[in-house]
Amino acid sequence: MIRADILRDIAPILRDQLVVCNIGIPSQELYAIDDQPSNFYMLGTMGLASSIGLGLALSQSKPVIAIDGDGSVLTNLGTLPTIGNNGDGHLILLIIDNGSYGSTGDQPTYTGRRTSLAGMARAAGCERVVEIDGSDTGAALTEALGTKGTTVIVCKCDSGNETMPVIPLDPVTIRDRFMQVVNS
Amino acid sequence: MSIHTRIVDDLIANDIRFMTTVPCKQLAGVIEEIDNRPEIRHVPANKEDEGMGLCAGAHLGGQRSAIIMQNTALGVTINTLATLIQFYRMPLPMLISYRGEIGEPVACQVEMAVHTKALLAQLHIPTYHFHRRSDVEELDGILKYCFMASKPVAILTDATFWKGELA
Ligand SMILES: [Mg+2]
Repeated sequence: MIRADILRDIAPILRDQLVVCNIGIPSQELYAIDDQPSNFYMLGTMGLASSIGLGLALSQSKPVIAIDGDGSVLTNLGTLPTIGNNGDGHLILLIIDNGSYGSTGDQPTYTGRRTSLAGMARAAGCERVVEIDGSDTGAALTEALGTKGTTVIVCKCDSGNETMPVIPLDPVTIRDRFMQVVNS
Repeated sequence: MSIHTRIVDDLIANDIRFMTTVPCKQLAGVIEEIDNRPEIRHVPANKEDEGMGLCAGAHLGGQRSAIIMQNTALGVTINTLATLIQFYRMPLPMLISYRGEIGEPVACQVEMAVHTKALLAQLHIPTYHFHRRSDVEELDGILKYCFMASKPVAILTDATFWKGELA
């Protein structure tokens, strides 16, 4: 099971939620599978999906799903203590951990070796951390959506990408339509 | 009224409700004042680009946000300023301690000070330099300009400003 399979599985759950999606192929896959105005696609700035998701979760009352990757979390590890110590928004950090930098050619990350992102999230103070197999992502998401506060889901899957086109939307369009959903 | 109270009053009067900070000795007083104000949610960041991500999220959530940071960290925020804050056209007041200016005791701070204005100019970020204590009178106008323009705006505050040595 690769990331695109997981995104296809959970698309019906994501559709009605505010989603902040990681840069590169993850956003391209989500855009192609089920584009929604409630999706905030990151076109640049590797590593900040979880930070944007946290700021958003703390600034309004709807749940927020931040879809991140292992490589992106590793590049912004300071995010985990910030999330772990500011847990009063309804944030779900969904880390799709395929053990590789998918968007750059599947070079391995350290999570495929000795490093555990779930362990790091717990050590950083995140209270609810679950590590699951990719096929259980939908159930874990549904449970987290029903539970206020922060949940970190580390979802293990295989490395690999589907070939999707670059997102043609202008960034201001992405932002504007997203903010309209936030305000609705 | 202390300079810290004055600055935070202006932030609150401009509806800023979300702030992130990475500390600097010069900024300790203003950060303490932010923590005294229930109007502002303060989320300390571990790195300045992370902080800008938090501010972007707060903006998407409909809240005005701002970052407090030191100029030596400008380098780590270049990509975030260009590909997130500017690319998506978000307002972001940056209250920056301008280390390495007159009165600086640490030589290494000068090494980033000499690049600070050049980097901001290269990014086309409107930049204001607070040197005299009375320069704070401009803060309210700068904040209104920032949200009007939906751009990042830098306010460099040097040691002479914080010490209040020049009226
Ligand atoms: Mg990956």
